[in-house]
Amino acid sequence: MSASANPSVAPVRRFSGRSKRVLPGFGLSLGISLFFVSLVLLLPITGLVIETSGMTWDQFVFTITDPRVVESYKVTLWTALAASLFNGFFGLLLAWILVRYEFPGKRIVDAFVDLPFALPTAVAGITLATLFAQNGWYGQWLAKLGIEVAFTPLGIVVAMAFTSIPFVVRTVQPVLEELSPADEEAAVSLGASDGRVFRKVIFPSLWPALVTGIALSFTRSLGEFGAIIFIAGNTPYVSEVTSLMVFIRLQEYDYAAASAIASVVLLASLVLLFAINLWQGRYLRRLEGR
Amino acid sequence: MANAHRRVGDQPWVRRSLIGTALLLAMFMLVIPVVVIFAQALSAGWSTFADNVTDQYTLHAIGLTLFVAALTVPLNLVFGTALAWSVTRFHFPGRKLLITLIDIPFAVSPVIAGLLYLLLYGRNGWLGGWLANYDVQLMFSWPGIVMVTVFVTCPFVARELIPLMQQQGSEEEEAGVVLGASGWRIFRKITLPNIKWALIYGVVLTNARAVGEFGAVSVVSGNVRGETNTLPLHVELLYQDYNVVGAFASASLLAAIAMLTLVVKAFVEWRQSRPIVSTPEKEVS
Repeated sequence: MSASANPSVAPVRRFSGRSKRVLPGFGLSLGISLFFVSLVLLLPITGLVIETSGMTWDQFVFTITDPRVVESYKVTLWTALAASLFNGFFGLLLAWILVRYEFPGKRIVDAFVDLPFALPTAVAGITLATLFAQNGWYGQWLAKLGIEVAFTPLGIVVAMAFTSIPFVVRTVQPVLEELSPADEEAAVSLGASDGRVFRKVIFPSLWPALVTGIALSFTRSLGEFGAIIFIAGNTPYVSEVTSLMVFIRLQEYDYAAASAIASVVLLASLVLLFAINLWQGRYLRRLEGR
Repeated sequence: MANAHRRVGDQPWVRRSLIGTALLLAMFMLVIPVVVIFAQALSAGWSTFADNVTDQYTLHAIGLTLFVAALTVPLNLVFGTALAWSVTRFHFPGRKLLITLIDIPFAVSPVIAGLLYLLLYGRNGWLGGWLANYDVQLMFSWPGIVMVTVFVTCPFVARELIPLMQQQGSEEEEAGVVLGASGWRIFRKITLPNIKWALIYGVVLTNARAVGEFGAVSVVSGNVRGETNTLPLHVELLYQDYNVVGAFASASLLAAIAMLTLVVKAFVEWRQSRPIVSTPEKEVS
């Protein structure tokens, strides 16, 4: 999926006043795209802007710094960080065994990696809640070890980790496939240990993709709702995520407060999205030697 | 020089322990959850399962969910294809921005997506207030559900097509132009056969997400049983009512769609890994 897989792709047609477009359909396809993007993606944001601009600055600050809301930012941030770091390790491991080794059932494992994207979040939520409940398949064993997952912030981490498993695997996999064996074989035959070769030869080309995957996983986790609410217990100040706070304010018909909190989250996710895209563009250019 | 081609992690014990750890984790995090869905759905026997699935509210939820998907998928199919065509076949200012913009639904929390639509099209929204004058109510009824579902699922087709169409380049289509084929004919005879499988997977992904969207739909649906309850909302409702077996019966239908999606994906990847054999020039001339 990553563009690094096709470094030879040339830009299709440079934009300049003189060159003519050979292929038809420019006006139609761009027209449909722009109309759709404006109507579906951009227009709805105006509603949020209007709603929040109806508040005074003090009201806005008061709403978004409400202690319960601030606690929800903290919970969301650390659980999302924990979940995406877990996926950094797990995703790298999965990508590694899928690219490097042959074993029975490999295709099935590869297919299963995408399950969290295909499975509705509400279904994931009730499933994880059932597995980790006190009498659940996992919960009863964990209880013996004194670990409680359901109805604690740890449950949020589990839900976030589940829903974002595919990101790291799918960003690291193509890069691992493209790695040339030459440097690695040279280093190994010169007697470097595997750990050293991994750190000095493999990891340097791998880490930009790994960071991208972790960042995508983090972004997704910040906004996750469906999978979390069933397992989190949703205790104020303890296990409430920010998207749930928005939802609660909405159910109280406090649209202004919901919008104020949402604008904070929306801004954070858009900044993350643009940063990831810029970062991807930069490191891909470097890999392509442009 | 037996080890000249030895690569990192090739020693048997490293290989075995890495595969073992990964498979164990994958088992606990991916496979058992699916098993538990079906086990719970059938835990009270097949006849209870059948009763749960053919319950009138469940049937209505299934109908509404399929209806929403049937409206959403074609819309996003047209949009995704048009967008992929414009950004991979032409260069224009703002092209990169456009590619970033379509990722917005991936970054925005579904709850916030629902909120955005509620604020704009709800009674107090500037567009919703105006529509209310004409007795048009979009939120808390099926049009609202369709609208947020379109928002949430719009990147999938485009995201599948863009890398593929970029990789394939436009030489074949340009040959079609030189030979005098019309735009529609070029698309149908040259482009479509090349992107067919990616397009199918994009549609399947769009469908899976459209059928399963929860957060955004939950905000704009009125959650009226038998009216605006989609299947994922129905799952939540039953679960909150402590009807766990009923909730998992409905959930198992959604899980079956998810499993089908994975099968289609594996099939599409298998097709794409084979060389593309096409002689479109002959067909066009």
